[in-house]
Amino acid sequence: MLIQFFAQLRQEGLKTSITELLDLLDALEKQVVFGDIEAFYYLARLTLVKDESQYDRFDRAFAAYFEGVHAVDLAQQIPQEWLINSLQRQLTEEEKAKLQSLGGLEELLKAFRERLQEQQKRHAGGNKWIGTGGTSPFGAYGFHPEGIRVGQEGSNARRAVKVWDKREFRDLDTDEELNNRSLKIALRKLRRFARTGAATELDLPETIRATGQQGGLLDLRYQPERHNAVKVLILFDVGGSMDDYIYECQQLFDAVRAEFKHLEYYYFHNCVYEGVWKSNQRRYQEQIPIRELINTYSRDYKLIFVGDATMGPYEIAYPGGSVEHWNEEPGQVWLQRLLQHFSHAVWLNPQPMVRWPYYHSIQMVRDIMNGRMVPLTLSGLQEATQLLLHKGSGLPSSV
Amino acid sequence: MRNGGSDFQSTESYIVSSELALAVNAAVTLEKPLLIKGEPGTGKTRLAEELAQSLNTELLRWHIKSTTKAQQGLYEYDAVSRLRDSQLGSEKVHDIRNYIKPGKLWQAFTAEKRPVLLIDEIDKADIEFPNDLLHELDQMEFAVYETGEQIKAVHRPIVIITSNNEKELPDAFLRRCFFHYIRFPDEATLAAIVQVHFPQIQQRLLSVALEIFFELREAPNLKKKPSTSELLDWLKLLLAEDISPETLKAAHEQGGLMPLFGALLKNEQDVTLVEKLAFMARRQGR
Repeated sequence: MLIQFFAQLRQEGLKTSITELLDLLDALEKQVVFGDIEAFYYLARLTLVKDESQYDRFDRAFAAYFEGVHAVDLAQQIPQEWLINSLQRQLTEEEKAKLQSLGGLEELLKAFRERLQEQQKRHAGGNKWIGTGGTSPFGAYGFHPEGIRVGQEGSNARRAVKVWDKREFRDLDTDEELNNRSLKIALRKLRRFARTGAATELDLPETIRATGQQGGLLDLRYQPERHNAVKVLILFDVGGSMDDYIYECQQLFDAVRAEFKHLEYYYFHNCVYEGVWKSNQRRYQEQIPIRELINTYSRDYKLIFVGDATMGPYEIAYPGGSVEHWNEEPGQVWLQRLLQHFSHAVWLNPQPMVRWPYYHSIQMVRDIMNGRMVPLTLSGLQEATQLLLHKGSGLPSSV
Repeated sequence: MRNGGSDFQSTESYIVSSELALAVNAAVTLEKPLLIKGEPGTGKTRLAEELAQSLNTELLRWHIKSTTKAQQGLYEYDAVSRLRDSQLGSEKVHDIRNYIKPGKLWQAFTAEKRPVLLIDEIDKADIEFPNDLLHELDQMEFAVYETGEQIKAVHRPIVIITSNNEKELPDAFLRRCFFHYIRFPDEATLAAIVQVHFPQIQQRLLSVALEIFFELREAPNLKKKPSTSELLDWLKLLLAEDISPETLKAAHEQGGLMPLFGALLKNEQDVTLVEKLAFMARRQGR
């Protein structure tokens, strides 16, 4: 039972396990829900999906599976009496009276079957997402006798669109755009705990050792609590083509500021050259040389570039290529210097990944970064944290 | 529900959506822990309180902090005070049971009536925390190593777990739970919730306030969107200050901040942002 449905879920990329399927079957057997497809939808979601970011996938799988069930020619298979019975059970006296005015049950059923035929044709045409305005024949016959009433009224406001077809959880899917909170959660994976600060925790092994040394006289020893000790250095590209991504960058900035105690950030434009700056208003007066950056921050800082890497190739490759000033050495040299010092580095690119191949400069930066460039999406960020925790494979050779 | 279990419904003081009621009833019937997530302030913790009340049973709360260990939920062995006692020559020291303090899970397992156990904000704890509780929540039993006792649940407690999504929970743990995500209520549900909390609120004041509230939630780039609990606080203030719907509406139309905005906006930058938006809206209106 429901094996096909389960297979469909797995196909959509949900990591649903057999235990969970058995739970669902158990719940069905105990009749937690009965004869209500909407309740079934909620029950299935409750038991099979364990993260709201997966809700959208579940909705899609659910729709795909139950649309598939539609394709079975139910209209021919259902005995007339069954329909009439269930209809009569569902209708109130008032509605029955109204029904009479419409030409009686016979007429209604006829209209119903016609409607069904129509719908099947539409679904067979493959318009999976469009045919939601009307009724669901499956809901009407199989699980949800109330659905018949829906069909009769054409577009009942309450049930007009099926819950799973609304796809209200689309925003929560991990490949969609970012929001502040999800960013923070993604960044949290970058934690590295270490004991620093005041000693407040009982250090049991040390206490035992010390007590032993005192000849059994209790000698309590304490140690500092564990704290997140990861250190992050972020370089933001600002101005020019980055203006389109101000919102994303701001979100990211807020998130990193909240997450990391040891956080340093600087700005650059298009490509990194001799210096970076901390305040955009005074960028020409207060430039901090890259060399100082390298000398100030130790190797254990994780380096994150945020930029679209969209520029002229000469801005990376040639001396004097900068659009703003005369640079003695090409940008790539400076990039490589940074990378050689900070071995844990990654480049976050707010440009959608599909557009990357169209820009030569992105390819160049990606090569310099040794492929460690990820899109600024939630899944990209998760990948970035992984890359930052492990040393980049093979460092750039020349400086 | 049809088959034993409970029939959890909206109460006089708590509105529950049909999906959530289904989730709770399924969890109660199948004796599975129910994991609840959702925006802060959507009533996750309240759910456990209301459930315990509707089942007329005890509610055991276990608030999780970043330093909480799974073992603390089972029991704690106070080795330090035993050591101290031994040096002072106290009689207590001979029975290890004097130094074992039962935790929330132990209490829940040995309760006379099937209790509701709330594990609040499980995501605050260390990443390993949920994993350490796998067996205990699954089998509802554990061993006390110091005494060799085996503690087994008399009645399987109803376990409600809340999470604010600050950490991802391990798969193995999730597989053993039912999961429900509380969505932010729509306008109709919210109106019902408000009615429950402030029965005497004037209908018009409520509708004006709700309109402003939802508009505010729509505002782009807010750092902290106001949630249900903030709305309730705000309404409480509006009622206490006796602000009429006309004043509220007039203030809104003139632009600028709503009266008593402090209850809704908890962030300086948000206040400036809303001010700016209102100012812009007013200019466009001219």
